[in-house]
Formats: sequence, structure tokens, C-alpha cells
Amino acid sequence: MNTILSEATNSNTVVAVDAIKPLKELSGSQAVLEACIAEGVDTIFGYPGGAIMPIYDALYDYHDQLKHILVRHEQGGIHAGQGYARSSGKVGVVFATSGPGATNLVTGLADAMIDSTPLVCITGQVFAHLLGTDAFQETDVINITTPVTKWNYQITDAVEIPHIMAKAFYIAGSGRPGPVLIDISKNAQIQKFNYEGYTKCTHIRSYRPKPFVRKSYVEAAAKMINEAKKPFVIFGQGVILGRAEKEFKAFIEKAGLPAAWTILGLSALPTDHPLNVGMLGMHGNYGPNVLTNECDVLIAVGMRFDDRVTGRLDKYAKQAKVIHLDIDPAEINKNVKADIPVWGDCKETLPMLTQLIEAKNHSEWLAKFNQYTAEEHEAVIQAELHPTAGELSMGEVIHLLNELTNGDAIIVTDVGQHQMVACRYARFNSTKSNITSGGLGTMGFALPAAIGAKFGAQHRTVVAVIGDGGFQMTLQELGTIMQTGIQVKILILNNRFLGMVRQWQELFNDKRYSFVDIQSPDYVQLAKAYGIAAATVNDRSCLNEALQTMLLHDGSYLLEVMVGKENNVFPMVPQGCSVSEIRLK
Amino acid sequence: MKKEFTITVYTENQIGLLNRIAIIFSRRKINVDSLNVSPSEVESIHRFTIVINETEEVVRKLCLQIERQVEVLKAYFNTNEEIIWQEMALYKVPTDAVAEKLKVERLLREYGARAVVIRKDYTIFETTGHREETDRLVAFLEPYGLIEFVRTARIAIIKASSGFHEKIREFEAIEPAEELIENEFLDKGQAVFTM
Repeated sequence: MNTILSEATNSNTVVAVDAIKPLKELSGSQAVLEACIAEGVDTIFGYPGGAIMPIYDALYDYHDQLKHILVRHEQGGIHAGQGYARSSGKVGVVFATSGPGATNLVTGLADAMIDSTPLVCITGQVFAHLLGTDAFQETDVINITTPVTKWNYQITDAVEIPHIMAKAFYIAGSGRPGPVLIDISKNAQIQKFNYEGYTKCTHIRSYRPKPFVRKSYVEAAAKMINEAKKPFVIFGQGVILGRAEKEFKAFIEKAGLPAAWTILGLSALPTDHPLNVGMLGMHGNYGPNVLTNECDVLIAVGMRFDDRVTGRLDKYAKQAKVIHLDIDPAEINKNVKADIPVWGDCKETLPMLTQLIEAKNHSEWLAKFNQYTAEEHEAVIQAELHPTAGELSMGEVIHLLNELTNGDAIIVTDVGQHQMVACRYARFNSTKSNITSGGLGTMGFALPAAIGAKFGAQHRTVVAVIGDGGFQMTLQELGTIMQTGIQVKILILNNRFLGMVRQWQELFNDKRYSFVDIQSPDYVQLAKAYGIAAATVNDRSCLNEALQTMLLHDGSYLLEVMVGKENNVFPMVPQGCSVSEIRLK
Repeated sequence: MKKEFTITVYTENQIGLLNRIAIIFSRRKINVDSLNVSPSEVESIHRFTIVINETEEVVRKLCLQIERQVEVLKAYFNTNEEIIWQEMALYKVPTDAVAEKLKVERLLREYGARAVVIRKDYTIFETTGHREETDRLVAFLEPYGLIEFVRTARIAIIKASSGFHEKIREFEAIEPAEELIENEFLDKGQAVFTM
């Protein structure tokens, strides 16, 4: 993982970067907006309210420099900020008011925390003299958000605003990125103070964004890779956050290392790359899961051994030596013991490794992955992607979508069966193309995140793939699409069930379907109410044309595809099982 | 195997940091036996002393999580053999008991107890020492009408530590110096530095 902010964060000297000419007097609110401009922010997602009114009043004069997107709910605002950050590689900025405005951010903060997404959230707060008095819309935001922020801070004096904002952007974007929340009392927003310009933060003495790279460990890792007969690389979002896609590709290509991804690592390496052997984890591919327990050296790059990836830990890669590259020292040995920890920014450590490893190809070992792929194809993939009769499958929809977008679209997924199917079967040519709620599994993430993703990468097609359950959690953001005119393609895979929970109830609870039967409104009518073109399709012969219409439409478009009611996602590593006990059916 | 560990954390002085550190323990349902926050040998740097009963593996992971916090400079953990520690205790006993029972007076002297307040109705003693010692004195005084007892958190000094004066300079530097590639808690044998 890496510094997301400008090169200035890597500089060896503390210098004022982009220092703004001193102005005489500014209000706290103006100082907040000046900070955003100095940090290169172009889009803010937010929702006004009483305690943040002075900032919104100041925004009125800054509307030509800062684009503000009025969302329909603060949760939508923060997920949009996340989508923006993930598609652009920049820090997402979110404004919300005190009390309920701030508490509505909590789910998004938790999501951004676990998925290491850089955000700066500004919340309004009641006047400082009212703190602790149970004032109207007062809530203890700092304490509520402490476990779900990388850093948070309450400002009650406007003088603090410039340097705290600088710290906020620096902390959010550097090292292992994460969400930062700054709570500003209303008096500080109003307060005029002598503004001495804005200086970007490049160093905080108690904070080391990047650990010191120890050459001896890099050398030991290279030696181990050179001696390996069956090396296996598993990679996560660290490659994307570290902007090390090229370095990563050079690394695996030099030694012919088969590489599999976590769902947040997806799109860091093109799907069609010959060394890309597929997806890890509970609904990952057959080969990567089984062969995790057969490789002799497991090389983990920018990933954190989540339980959905490892399955049962005491039966996970016990035969293998483990090399773990990560920027966060707390990830080393947290879940899986590393024989060689390579702390550091993988943008730096990967080239060091590449230089030391021998050029090789492990073709026999790679062929083994391909055998498993063939077996999985036969047992699962063929029927999922190319069914000839019966209800539509989620897989065939994604497969057709791939063909029409040529793997160039950004695909934003929600959480559940459609998410697993989309991640399994979507093809990606370029990085930052897969945006999903990985660690927290937040239903309702996709629609607002897709809006944000489009604002972060306006030249790209953004398709939100969403289940009928998740869509109903944040569908109010259709209003944001309507008002901003942003082009988002919404693909609802409707199986009339909360599919993933239903699948578990079928497999593990004797088909006792407990509250998973969910009804949907008429999505076409709903979209039309928001002025969004829409269609529904349940016939295989019309699917291709319907998808084409959606993609070619000049504007947002909602396409509902009726898919098989009780289809299951396979393969599957049942909870509590080892990765090599993965089931094909 | 679980045993007593003392965690020493050097931090910036910042509102809310106590909560940030406390929730690292409570999130994992780990009880904090003792917690002290005080200034350190370096101006503006605060020092947390935390005592918990856990396995070494858990304590190591906790320290890494503590160090992840932006305002934490360093976290060390040590076994009781590696530190010098003290706790202070206050005991309020009826003055009659002290004045009339020779045994009480002798024992208080033996424990190094110092009278802080002497009144007609009660006397307050203070001792400094290890928990077992104060516990023993409490058990002894109870039959003589111990009125009140209170004990402070543990404060500790790491025997092998050379203090934080030198280290703070490295933290203030943009890049840590090569010779400071060490980390007492993470991997003593291999002397690793994580910052």
C-alpha cells in the first residue's frame, strides 16, 4: 500500500507545498473549503443541516471551485465518497451535519476502515458551549466513530482548522489509507481568524506511514522464492492502493509465479493474464483454494488473510513457508504466521524482490491450476455462463456484460450472491475497475458507490450490479442520479430472495427459509418516477439486446434481470472448513 | 500460557487517545488490570502503563494495534522480571487499634508504612510496594477494623530501557536512522523496528 497523496509526502524535507498567499481574515468555514481546494479536491458529497450551515453558506461562494453533490442520505454520501476514492485513487470528501447526520456516516466509516479507503469526513457539531448538554442534534461523534476511523478530531477553535485539515488529508491518504473524521463545532465554523495560508502536512512525529524496509528480509524472501518448486502468489488491494500494478506484474512474470486475488485485489492484474489463476476464498476458484494447501511457498502481497479467504486457519497452508508483504506491521502474524515478513510499501519492495529473483517458469505447477480450472469449468462454470434452458443465471448476465463492455467498465457490486458471481466472472483489463464492499459486506453500498465512482472516473462506463435486497436499502440515491444527471448503469439481478442467506438456509438449515422471501416494487415504474430510463427482462433471447440498450443509452439506465430464484453460488468453502475442502456442488 | 504483562506506551498528549487505546482491549474482551497515565521523561510525551493477564502472542498483537494509532509513538511489553514496578496504597484504620495493639504498630513498621494523617478517630497509612505486599497488609489490618483501602495503578520502569530522549529525536526526523532499526517488543532476537 502506498501514499495516495502527492509526491510531497515522500519528500525528505518539510516544505510548504501549495502554500496559499496569506489572506487577512477568514471564517473557519472558509478555511475548511480553502483546505479542500489546496488538497486538490474537486467533488464533495454531502447533506446540509443545522450544525454545518456555516460551511454550506461559505460553499455558496465556492461553487465554481468545488462541486458539491447533494445526496439523499448521509450513508449514500459516504458510500459515494468511497466509490469516488476507489475509482480515482484520491481522497474522498464527505460533509454531514451533527447528530443524525453524523451517525448516518457510521456504516460507511466502518466499511472504509476495513477496506482501507481514504476519506475525510467533515461533520458539523453544536456550539462548543453546548457540548455535553444534550443539545438539539448533539451526539458524541468522536467517541462513536473512534473504532471506525483511522483518526478523528474535534475542532472548537477555528485557528486549528488549517493544520488539522492538513493532518486529516495526510493521514487519510498515506500509509495504509483509511477514513478520518473531523468534527467542527458551529462557533468554530463562524469564527473569524487571522489566516496564514495552508501548508500541506508531510510528517507527524508519532506516525510512520511506511515501515522501514529491511533489505535482509527482502533477500531472504528472494532466496526462498528462488528455491521454491511450487510458489504461489496471493494478492490483495495493497497492490492497487500502492499503485504497484506494474511492479507486481513484473514480479510475477519474471519468475512465472501463479497469482490469485482476494476480491479487493481484483482488477490489479488483468483477468486474462496467463499467470492470473483466479479468485481466493469462500466462493473463489477451485484451483487457488485447493493448491493453497499444496504450494511450498506462499507469497502474500498487500492482503490480510481475512477469514473468508483462509477458511479454517489451523488447516491453512500448513505445508508452506509464508512470505508476507504489507505496509501495516499489525497485519504481519495477525492471522497467518509469516516465515519472512517484508514490511514496506510494495511499490518499493516488489521491485527489490524482482531484481533478486531468478527468471523462471513454473509451467508444470501452473498447469496444475489449469487442470483444476478445467474441472471447475466442467462442473460449475459452463452451466453458469452458458445455460440453454430454464431460468436466467446471474453468471450468464455477467458473461454477456463482459462481452459488451470488453472488460473496460468499472463494475460496482453490492453484497451477496450477485457480488460473488460478478467477482468470479467479470473480466477486467485495467486497475481500479472492481469496486465492492469487501470486509464489512455492506448491503446498499453499490448504488451510491457507483455514483461516486462515476464522479471519480467520468470517462469510464460504470455499471452497478445489485441484488434486489441491497438495492432496496439505498434506492433513495436514484434522486441523486436524477438531480445530477450522472450516467450510471444499474443492473438489478432479481431473484426475489435474499439469495445468499437463502443459499445458506438451504445448505445448512434444512431449507428453513426464514425471512429471506423479499418482494420488490416495480423497478421500471420506480426508475421512471425519477426520470430514469428502465426495462425489465426475463427472457434469454432478449437479454443481449436489453444489456446493449442499457449500455448504449445516453444517460442513466436501470435494467432489472429476473434470474433463477433458487440458484446457488458454487464452488463454496463451507464455514469452518479448510480451503482444500471446497465444494463444487 | 497467560501471565502478567506490563505494557508501556509512549504517546502524544491528546484528548480521546485514552479511549482509542482502551477500546483495543475492550473490543477483544480483555480486562485491563491496571492503567496509569503520566508524564514521561520527555516533555509533552505521555506514558501509559497498562497491566493485563494474557498470552505473549495476544500481548504482541495488542501492542501492534496500539502502535497503529496515529498519536502513539511506541508500545513495549514486558514480563514482571524485566521491570521495576511499584504501586501505592492508602489504609484508613481506627487510631485506637494502632495505639493499643503493639502487633499492629510493629507490622506497620515492618511493611514500611508511613503515617500520612493521624487523628483521634482514625489514622491513614501509606505503603508502596508490589500488589502481594499491599494485599497482605490489607488481610492483616482487616481484623483490626480497616475502615478504607485504596490502591493506585502500577507504575513501572523497564530495566533495559535507556529512556525516550534519544528516540524522540528519531521520531521527529523524517526518516529513522539505520541504527535505530530495533523494536523491543516485536522481535527482540532479531531487533526489528516497525515505525
